[in-house]
Amino acid sequence: MTILTLLIPVTLVMGAVGLGAFFWSLHSGQYEDLSGDAERILFDEDDKPLAAYPPGHSGTTKEKTP
Amino acid sequence: MMSNLTRAERANAMVIAGTGAFIGLVMAAAGRGDPMGAHGWIVLAFCGALFFVVGSAYEDPEPTQDRTASYYDDPTKVGILIALFWAVVGMGMGVWVASQLAWPDLRFDAAWSSFGRIRPVHTSGVIFGFGGNALIATSFHIMQRTCRARMPDQVTPWFVLLGFNLFCIVASSGYLMGVTQSKEYAEPEWYADLWLVVVWVVYFVLYIRTLARRNEPHIYVANWYYLAFILVVAVLHIVNNLAVPASLTGAKSYSAFAGVQDAMTQWWYGHNAVAFFLTSGFLGMLYYFLPKRAERPIYSYRLSILSFWGITFFYIWAGSHHLHYTALPHWVQTLGMTFSVMLLVPSWASAGNALMTLNGAWHKVRDDATLRFMMVAAVFYGLSTFEGSFMAIRPVNGLSHYTDWTVGHVHAGAMGWVALISFGSIYALAPVLWRRETIYSWKAVEWHFWLALAGTVIYVFAMWNSGITQGLMWRTYTESGTLAYSFTDTLVAMHPYYVARTFGGLLFLIGACIGAWNVVMTIRRMPSETPERDYPTSSESREPALPAAE
Ligand code: HEM
Ligand code: HEM
Repeated sequence: MTILTLLIPVTLVMGAVGLGAFFWSLHSGQYEDLSGDAERILFDEDDKPLAAYPPGHSGTTKEKTP
Repeated sequence: MMSNLTRAERANAMVIAGTGAFIGLVMAAAGRGDPMGAHGWIVLAFCGALFFVVGSAYEDPEPTQDRTASYYDDPTKVGILIALFWAVVGMGMGVWVASQLAWPDLRFDAAWSSFGRIRPVHTSGVIFGFGGNALIATSFHIMQRTCRARMPDQVTPWFVLLGFNLFCIVASSGYLMGVTQSKEYAEPEWYADLWLVVVWVVYFVLYIRTLARRNEPHIYVANWYYLAFILVVAVLHIVNNLAVPASLTGAKSYSAFAGVQDAMTQWWYGHNAVAFFLTSGFLGMLYYFLPKRAERPIYSYRLSILSFWGITFFYIWAGSHHLHYTALPHWVQTLGMTFSVMLLVPSWASAGNALMTLNGAWHKVRDDATLRFMMVAAVFYGLSTFEGSFMAIRPVNGLSHYTDWTVGHVHAGAMGWVALISFGSIYALAPVLWRRETIYSWKAVEWHFWLALAGTVIYVFAMWNSGITQGLMWRTYTESGTLAYSFTDTLVAMHPYYVARTFGGLLFLIGACIGAWNVVMTIRRMPSETPERDYPTSSESREPALPAAE
């Protein structure tokens, strides 16, 4: 069953990527307001993006102009 | 539709389509006399048509309004329509395959229409064509809505959607010509596989880029499910399709692995395809559209996150339950069996969470067939995962394996869960996308619901009966220790169930046709005004079913 020497590592790497993503989500405060997070998807009456970017803007969250 | 693209974007699209058409031409020339040549012509026609469509609108006026002030919904709309098209084709093929099993003469003596060729057209048509397009379209919708941000550009989503459909077309036409790697759910040959890798990587990058632009700090749980679907399917697809083409001018290739090694790779892929294609992405749909439609937040958001990580970490170890009692080492089988049983916990957590969300809103479920689609989907999800965990136990599998019980399990999941949640989501989504107050005909949604439910129940019960009968007949011995029944005896015993299955499938197919018609009519009916959202409704007067305050 030499194939397992490929499949098990590949699976472990996928698991590690998942674990990494999980820790990232923990540390970046993704789980701080769970009930609010669950509610907020229900409010989008106007069905528009929250903030419009000025033309020519690269569009990443960090650079957002007020 | 083209008016939403700038000149530069139109030019980009034409370069991509032109490159595709050129590749098609090369394939057609290099693969002369081989199915690959025919595929070359198909690629050329597909990309050439796109080139022409974009090119003929190239000079049209450019968009003037501020595009960042709205979501980009054109690819979602087209994706939904394509998904419904594949639903009708794929399920139509399913009914034909089912009829062939009951009445083998329905092959009409042609090579292309033999069971072995049209069966994968059914499976790929429904899983990838219908399911895949529904997943891609809803993911475009959900990622923008939950991020409160528009997609980063307008060419990439088209590339993903149309590129994926090119893959589906090459795959299905290949089966009819006899092109197959003989790996279930991974039948397409090497060049189609390579193309899918390109499309899939672009899809993943598009998703991440949209998340990076989000204006809402929290990443809603549905996005995690979709991301897992995209990422894991990419890895599985690449590993399982490692193969060496017999020649670069033909469609034949040889797998990099042999014997039981190949079988293990195939079912490591196959099971995770079930997990991450047929489950994870559709759970994303459920976690978004069910709360939206019920107008209440998910019962336990914490549980939805926990079950996500549970499913992600457990599922990848369960594939070997497809290879019980084979040359696969015993401990690997046991590993798969153990994880399969553990899987029941996060699976039922999701199903229970969905049903608890509806607890207290049963009047809405009663009045609104769209919501009922989603509720019944959650029930079938719970049912098929329970059944799956049970069938994964080795002695149980000794009875169920090779029988129609497996096919019954498959369709409890595929029709009851995957198709119903997709239809429910499409009905919830269509009025929002096309800015209609409601779906064209709520009565047609009711009809579709009952046809789909009846079809699924008939199908699944027929296969349970057939499978268990078959399994028991195979293991019945006479007093002298010989087999009591010949193989033909089992076929005779199964025939009535095959007829019943065909009938159930036909009901399901009629429902899907009604659904496609209803969505098209929703688009065609011009609204008197353009409302911002729709109401679940059960009355012709298009009043909200209940006051919003309920
Ligand atoms: C109109 C409804 C449908 C009918 C009549 C139908 C019929 C069939 C038939 C006759 C087979 C072959 C069984 C065999 O080889 O013994 C099959 C296999 C399969 N179908 Fe369907 N089907 C339908 C809907 C669907 C849907 C909606 C999905 C997925 C979303 C689906 C997924 C599959 C899969 C995965 C298999 C392979 C099962 C296996 O290898 O164990 N089917 N179907
Ligand atoms: C806890 C979850 C699940 C477990 C443990 C599980 C387990 C199993 C087992 C033991 C088999 C039979 C393998 C064999 O004897 O060959 C099987 C087949 C299958 N299951 Fe599930 N199942 C689960 C959920 C689902 C769901 C939700 C779907 C959705 C559509 C699904 C689709 C399939 C398909 C398509 C096959 C047939 C594979 C083939 O032979 O072609 N399963 N599953």
